[in-house]
Amino acid sequence: MPDAPGLELIRGEIEQDHPGAILDTGFDHGAASLSIDPEHVLAVLTWLRDAPGQGYRFLSSLHAADYLPAEPRFAVHYELLNRDRVERLRVKALLADPGEDALPELDSCVELFPTAEFQEREVFDFFGIVFKGHPDLTRILLPEDYVGWPQRRDFPVGGEPVTFTYNERNYG
Amino acid sequence: MAELTDDRTTEVMTVNIGPHHPATHGVLRLVVDLEGEVVKDLKPVIGYVHTGIEKSCEDKSYWKVIPFVERMDYVSYFFQMEAYCGAVERLVGLEIPPRAKYLRTIFLELNRIHSHLVWLGTTALDLGAISMLWYCFRERDRILDLFEMATGQRMHTRYFQVGGVIEDIPLGFEAKLRSFVDEMPVRVGQYQALLDRNEIFLSRTKGTGIVSRERLLELGVTGPLLRAAGEPWDLRKAFDYLAYPEMDFKIPVGTVGDNYDRYRVRVAEMLESTKIVGQALDALPDGPFIADDRKYVLPPRSELSTSMESLIHHFKLVTEGYRVAPGELYYAIESPRGELGCFVLADGSSKPARVHFRDPSFVNLQAFRDMSTGTYIADMICSLGMLDPILGGVDR
Repeated sequence: MPDAPGLELIRGEIEQDHPGAILDTGFDHGAASLSIDPEHVLAVLTWLRDAPGQGYRFLSSLHAADYLPAEPRFAVHYELLNRDRVERLRVKALLADPGEDALPELDSCVELFPTAEFQEREVFDFFGIVFKGHPDLTRILLPEDYVGWPQRRDFPVGGEPVTFTYNERNYG
Repeated sequence: MAELTDDRTTEVMTVNIGPHHPATHGVLRLVVDLEGEVVKDLKPVIGYVHTGIEKSCEDKSYWKVIPFVERMDYVSYFFQMEAYCGAVERLVGLEIPPRAKYLRTIFLELNRIHSHLVWLGTTALDLGAISMLWYCFRERDRILDLFEMATGQRMHTRYFQVGGVIEDIPLGFEAKLRSFVDEMPVRVGQYQALLDRNEIFLSRTKGTGIVSRERLLELGVTGPLLRAAGEPWDLRKAFDYLAYPEMDFKIPVGTVGDNYDRYRVRVAEMLESTKIVGQALDALPDGPFIADDRKYVLPPRSELSTSMESLIHHFKLVTEGYRVAPGELYYAIESPRGELGCFVLADGSSKPARVHFRDPSFVNLQAFRDMSTGTYIADMICSLGMLDPILGGVDR
């Protein structure tokens, strides 16, 4: 992990080229995180991967979280890892819910990290977050014709009726 | 006539394999483009055993989540428990006692051997070495017997708790474990004697399914697959968790990263894990096996009839569970298949707001296309076995 001053240095350097990209820095349970504007997600990830002295070249995990009722509601987490220094850094792209049936959008990082392909599809599948530029953004674990985004906090548990043949026959 | 044969060999045919081919080690469907016998492209289709475990976890109090997450990757259940319990312990700031650390290390490494045995048996079976399955499952059964002795269950043991382990190891367990540790290297030697000079096994594994180290890293592949390509990356060495810093073990690595290297690395890992179990057993410290923090850990059963305080704690923990202050954490450990990460988001209530598993099988499966494109369909089956995906973990 970069320590707290190290994190501020990273923030400063990114801000020079991309003003407004970093919204916040956090230091939670010994883990450093950068909260970023989703507009700049590729710029920030590219910089962290390629800038000399950074080298966060390994994307351990990409997942999303729903912070309902907080605003902005969604965050896509990029768990970056520098394997030489054994340092982890979490980048959180904060996404507001556009409301109605519109889906939140951000750029896909498959070009930067090919490992993100399945994981972005998973996030799309469960949260309805659209990754622009993903080569094949379809549902991955749920059926193709599934309606709804089940990992969102306002999607009820047990909202799915179970189609047992017994129920079908007697109550269907 | 010549025209017709030419057409037949160059025609690309899309073939559906699965879901549920016997050699797929689970409910996996592959859409394969074949030119004759050569795989031109393939696409894994997954999700057939998706059961919404991550969603269900959001509806359970923290301690009730443990049996759920165990059922994701059903071959390495101790690892799922450790990833989840470790994440929650770090969120609430609970230090686990040294004995619990060692006990967890012992069971994790036994589980790693167990997982590799299942892999070796089934993969060798795919390649026609039927007797390997019986020999591997014989030793696997001894490990399951050990699990049963200590935890009461052979699989899905729910042995790890937030704060430590549920029970101390029983009388006689140590002797039984030690006899297993003494015998396992001999058994591994026997597997190697069966396979290492087996012409069929060698010609089917050597030089097949090669993916370069750089490409594997790009694809996020971890675990034995990455190590077989020559990258000595192991979270047990890189990060400090449980009793691993005190253990003396090596990280086996391969050279070219073909299926043969993957076999060699996993077999060597079984020996290293056996060494770790032996060392942990020798150095097993005395003392409590679970933390003494009544806000998170159930009081001992014997206190309930004498202490009102304990009864209240017990009642609170069983009914509502404990609350975890808002925060989020990603905790990753080295599972038999690679980096197993658990992300827990706490919102201040007694139920997690999100539990996500970064399952190594899910991420590693992306490398399957690179491993198989341009090879024969028979090599594809071999590569799939060597990839060792557990579809319960892929689909969650």
